[in-house]
Amino acid sequence: MAILVFVESAEGKIKKTSIEAVAYAHALGGPVTAIALGAVDKAELEALGKYGAQKVLHAADEKLNQGVIQAYASVLEKALQDEGADILVLANSSLGTPVAARVATKIGASLASNVVDLPQTSGGFVVKRSIYTGKAFAWVELKNQKKVIGLRKNAAEIKEVGSAAQVTPYAVTLSDADFATHITSSEKATGEVLLPEANIVVSGGRGMKGPEHWGILEELAKTLHAATGCSKPVSDMGWRPHHEHVGQTGVKVAPQLYIAIGISGAIQHLAGVNSSKYIVVINKDPEAPFFKAADYGIVGDAFEIIPKLTEAIKAAK
Amino acid sequence: MKILVCITHVPDTTSKINFTDSNTKFDTTGVQFIIGPYDDYALARAIELKETSGATVTVLNVGLADTEPTLRKALAIGADDAIRVNAEPTDSFFVAAQIAELAKGAGYDLILMGRESIDYNSGVVHGIVAELLGIPSISPVMKLDIDGTKAKLAREIEGGKEYLEVSLPFVAGCQEPIAEWKIPNMRGIMSARTKPLKVVEPKTVDSGVKLQKFELPPPKGSVKMIPADNVGELVNLLKNEAKVL
Ligand SMILES: Cc1cc2nc3c(=O)[nH]c(=O)nc-3n(C[C@H](O)[C@H](O)[C@H](O)COP(=O)(O)OP(=O)(O)OC[C@H]3O[C@@H](n4cnc5c(N)ncnc54)[C@H](O)[C@@H]3O)c2cc1C
Repeated sequence: MAILVFVESAEGKIKKTSIEAVAYAHALGGPVTAIALGAVDKAELEALGKYGAQKVLHAADEKLNQGVIQAYASVLEKALQDEGADILVLANSSLGTPVAARVATKIGASLASNVVDLPQTSGGFVVKRSIYTGKAFAWVELKNQKKVIGLRKNAAEIKEVGSAAQVTPYAVTLSDADFATHITSSEKATGEVLLPEANIVVSGGRGMKGPEHWGILEELAKTLHAATGCSKPVSDMGWRPHHEHVGQTGVKVAPQLYIAIGISGAIQHLAGVNSSKYIVVINKDPEAPFFKAADYGIVGDAFEIIPKLTEAIKAAK
Repeated sequence: MKILVCITHVPDTTSKINFTDSNTKFDTTGVQFIIGPYDDYALARAIELKETSGATVTVLNVGLADTEPTLRKALAIGADDAIRVNAEPTDSFFVAAQIAELAKGAGYDLILMGRESIDYNSGVVHGIVAELLGIPSISPVMKLDIDGTKAKLAREIEGGKEYLEVSLPFVAGCQEPIAEWKIPNMRGIMSARTKPLKVVEPKTVDSGVKLQKFELPPPKGSVKMIPADNVGELVNLLKNEAKVL
């Protein structure tokens, strides 16, 4: 049961969710090959060996520096064939998910997205996946010999199980059809903690009153090494960029800690945060529905509490 | 230009999720069904394109007869005709195979749908349809402009966005802010009643997945309230009780 893991990188570094994918594949038990496409730091690739990859392939063709869905799907199809792998594991993401769809179709695999845990294999290969935007789970049997498994954050625990792996260059032949979509440019926040990857998220709602007040929230986030998020009206009004919008129609997060400030806790917002391990709610209204979904709550004014909280955290470090 | 918009028929976002039949069936008691919010964005953009460049818009749903009010709503919003594939939408591959079958040779310039459904959240139907048809797929799309046979798009990526160009035809999985949700007006609702809604039987598809059972997450424990003048206590709890700092 050879397994291929597609690993993604950001700013040259392997994403944490991709390292989780390697750990997941290792726990499945097959020989694990990881593959990275485009520019990635070599040391980062070698380090994948520590988390369970026996072999690391690097398709460094510069055409792959941009995440072109079709081209990536073609490379992965070929790599699965070359490695004799029946299973592809990857982290669900804006690139991973659409790529998984195409690869699974090409190879006739059973496909599951948002898998949250290792499979049960006593009767068939049965995975647990998150459905209804985090409000429930489904146990689904993947019946085909070939399988494509997309993982949600925290599906596997990262453990050191080996030592650095050898990185083998992987030559690819790409066709024009693979590049039918041209990426003309991109805008990307640099040096920030990415929301879907973050262990701590500090999120602000309409209670923050305006974009000019985000400074104190960002200061708190920086102190916690957290990503910043927001509610839908906040991104709708352009106070914050759209990629920070958390909830049913935005990013679904699963951090260790979610701090919600001035967010009422509408069910559509909760849908994006209910996989968080701990939730802290700060709201001036004691009746705010968010308190029912929280582990810790403070009733009070955000503008007084945020700076105090930042100070208290600095003091506790 | 011919646009196909694929819509899901899903529980309203405020629904409480429950299951029956030993956790094997979704409990529809008291649940209101809507057009999937992401599909609603796709539909809204399709209607805008119809208004600005004279496209025809067909809406498609794979579902049993109970989904017809949802299709009628899409017609009321402005789609020209509707197709229902008469089958339970059991999994992504099954649904995508039905869509591809209908789209094959039908000459759609653009196939739009939501980036994901809000019931199964797989986010893969657009990719499977496109692969089956051998055309490009782009998702999640937050901006879409058509100029002749070319399209300019913006796709959301973690921490930002990406701008793309592609020739028609292609498949797009849509999300906000591609367009604003449209609410049907009275005239739309009246005319929707007489717009064509065709029912077709599904093609047989060998799906590689089988649902075994559903499960609800454990209920949340109660919240610990901390006085506003004792923020230090929150930090203490996060550090020593939750162990997340
Ligand atoms: C189909 C659909 C999908 C949706 N998807 C999403 C989604 O993905 N994400 C999302 O967030 N929403 C979503 N919504 C919208 C959702 O229903 C709510 O409208 C939204 O979450 C409310 O945002 P908010 O909490 O920031 O604002 P409000 O509901 O206005 O709440 C503001 C809160 O701030 C508090 N407050 C005010 N001043 C202060 C202060 N000085 N200090 C402390 N607290 C203060 C108030 O007490 C209040 O609780 C969706 C809605 C629909 C219909």
